[in-house]
Amino acid sequence: MLNANQMSVVVRVENISKKYQLGKIGTQSLKGDLQRWWARKRGKEDPFGTIGKEDSGRHGEFWALKDVSFDLHQGEAIGIIGKNGAGKSTLLKILSRITLPTTGRLRVKGRIASLLEVGTGFNPDLTGRENIFLNGAILGMSKREVQRKFDEIVDFSGVAQFVDTPVKRYSSGMYVRLAFAVAAHLESEILILDEVLAVGDAEFQKKCLGKMDDVAKRQGRTILFVSHSMTSVQSLCNKAIFLKKGCTPGIISVREAVDAYLGGDFKIQGYYKATAEASAGQQAQILEAKLLNASGNLSEQFATFEDILLQIKWWNISGVKVIPNFMLVNRQGITVMIASDAPIDWDGSKKREPGTYVSTVKIPGNFLNANDFTIHLALDCGSPRVCYDVQLDALHFSIYDPMDERSLARGELVSVREDAILWPALEWNYEKLSGILVENNL
Amino acid sequence: MISNSIETNLPADQSPTEESNHWTMDIQANPRLLDIDLKELWRYRDLISLIVRRDFVAAYKQTILGPLWHLTEPLVTTLTYAFIFGFVARISTDGLPRILFYLPGITLWTFFSNTLMNTAGTFNANAGIFGKVYFPRLVMPIATVLSNLIALGLQFALFVVLVLLYYVTGTNIHVTPYALATPLLVLLAGGLALGMGTLLSSVTTRYRDLHKLLQVSMRLLMFGTPIIYPLSQVSEQYRWLLALNPMTPVVETFRYVWLGTGSVSGGNLLYSAACMVVTLVWGALVFNRAEKVAMDSV
Repeated sequence: MLNANQMSVVVRVENISKKYQLGKIGTQSLKGDLQRWWARKRGKEDPFGTIGKEDSGRHGEFWALKDVSFDLHQGEAIGIIGKNGAGKSTLLKILSRITLPTTGRLRVKGRIASLLEVGTGFNPDLTGRENIFLNGAILGMSKREVQRKFDEIVDFSGVAQFVDTPVKRYSSGMYVRLAFAVAAHLESEILILDEVLAVGDAEFQKKCLGKMDDVAKRQGRTILFVSHSMTSVQSLCNKAIFLKKGCTPGIISVREAVDAYLGGDFKIQGYYKATAEASAGQQAQILEAKLLNASGNLSEQFATFEDILLQIKWWNISGVKVIPNFMLVNRQGITVMIASDAPIDWDGSKKREPGTYVSTVKIPGNFLNANDFTIHLALDCGSPRVCYDVQLDALHFSIYDPMDERSLARGELVSVREDAILWPALEWNYEKLSGILVENNL
Repeated sequence: MISNSIETNLPADQSPTEESNHWTMDIQANPRLLDIDLKELWRYRDLISLIVRRDFVAAYKQTILGPLWHLTEPLVTTLTYAFIFGFVARISTDGLPRILFYLPGITLWTFFSNTLMNTAGTFNANAGIFGKVYFPRLVMPIATVLSNLIALGLQFALFVVLVLLYYVTGTNIHVTPYALATPLLVLLAGGLALGMGTLLSSVTTRYRDLHKLLQVSMRLLMFGTPIIYPLSQVSEQYRWLLALNPMTPVVETFRYVWLGTGSVSGGNLLYSAACMVVTLVWGALVFNRAEKVAMDSV
């Protein structure tokens, strides 16, 4: 049993810390360092020191990572999450052997490949073909390995036609696609990825994400993935490391890490009131908005089965066609849906009279999964360029799971995936075909 | 219900003796001095050949003469020297045709100096790649040596052609059988350049101006090597000074084995070889330490 477990640990990070010297490293030139040395020798002031010597903060040391420890097991896809400067890049650099930790120890089983950038070492003068081989070799592939995968790489990149053209003639999209294709076909037990996914057009991005998913889930490789996109982390990873000022509690669930990253202080607010007068020339304005529960009371927290009523009070100042609408965004920043007043009066013949209106819309219960949500409100006119009023972050509310049978969607299910956006009660039907097993040809 | 994580709730085994042989990579904050992984370097041999290829191919894309440009520089330099130092200053060439006298020295020196300079600048020149991908950093200096060897090979071919031309036209030159040992001389020059270059590489990452200083010193050192004058013309009094330069025996010997003039001593050659071994070993150690932290200071 012990043995099986040992086999499964593929990366062991023990008490890794990394110190950087703040300010300049030396004076960057021999002359400077010599001058400094000579000045000190004579007991004079350092000619390169900052004025006011007690400025220790700027010339002190900075710990980019402090005592980081964790184990990675085979087949895990770990997301590394943290704000800028939390130490993500430093951790990746140490794991990918670009720099040495100041203290601690790192042990790895198997080949480790890191992709901190696509197209490292691409030479603009070489052809696509030549660059595939060169880039492959830089990433650690042998010539034979690249040869074996060459067709696959070219296929994936979609630049087959231009493979013998110097890459400096490529469009930037083609360039990046080729570079990513090489990287995606790297064979290593452990793969380290920086935010290189956000490349190319939407279609190619989807292809990349699909490939990453394939690598992680089907090929059983271990993946470390750094991203600011909570959506990608949630869809790719099953565990996460949250870094804050160089420290981490170790490996936690993606949900916990995302919550920690997003700040853990979600402010709920079920009521909005315009704070300013309509500006001159404005044709319509949102005056007020509120969230009501089924009994008509103001609320910010709803059970999954509860209907939510969104009430928007707006002012049609100059008698124009107004389409009230809203956008629902969840805590992870994913736009869950947009919805607008319908039917839309496209011909514009039925203008709304000037005056104050109240629009009410029902977000049905047994539809959204438990989460925190933000509502952006807007008054549009149906033309894409004209918008009378937009109120971002107007309302904030939470939906919680009451954990009982009132959630029609739950049925008798015990657990539920927290990362699902919707948790709808759908209409299910069944019929009994026979008392015995029948041919399986639906 | 749907779970895609592999559950490993068992406590990780902590016994170091049990697991030590499973790890394929073990990185500690303070690596041992002699931690040079030659096996790993061998695995990256394809990368070395591809980089050499890139250097060669990319340099001559969209040129008409292509690799022939490798010949123009030493030829032009040789003709210039032949005119200035030979025709104008009348410095002796030990009775040899001036072009034949200057060309091998210039060729060997260019090889030595380019290799040394490029190697010494390894970390600055490759900061972009080194900061993003790991591979044994020694790949780069080795590829540099090989790239320069190709240029040397072309220039050497030119030299051989010239020797033949002069020989056919009846000029008095003696190609000795020792000419077959030319690869050993090239090895000496290359080894010295690689050793000194790697030795200096860690310092140039910290002090950029050292690279400039190096450029100037290399130019000066060229005149401290018997390239535009034969060693025989240097008075006994100062000869020891030139003998300190490990490139002196290499150039002198090269001229001796191909053209039959010059002073060769086994002792001096042994001195060069010893310098090569010392700088190579020392350079490898320094480089090995520098490659792990260089990216923090580039």
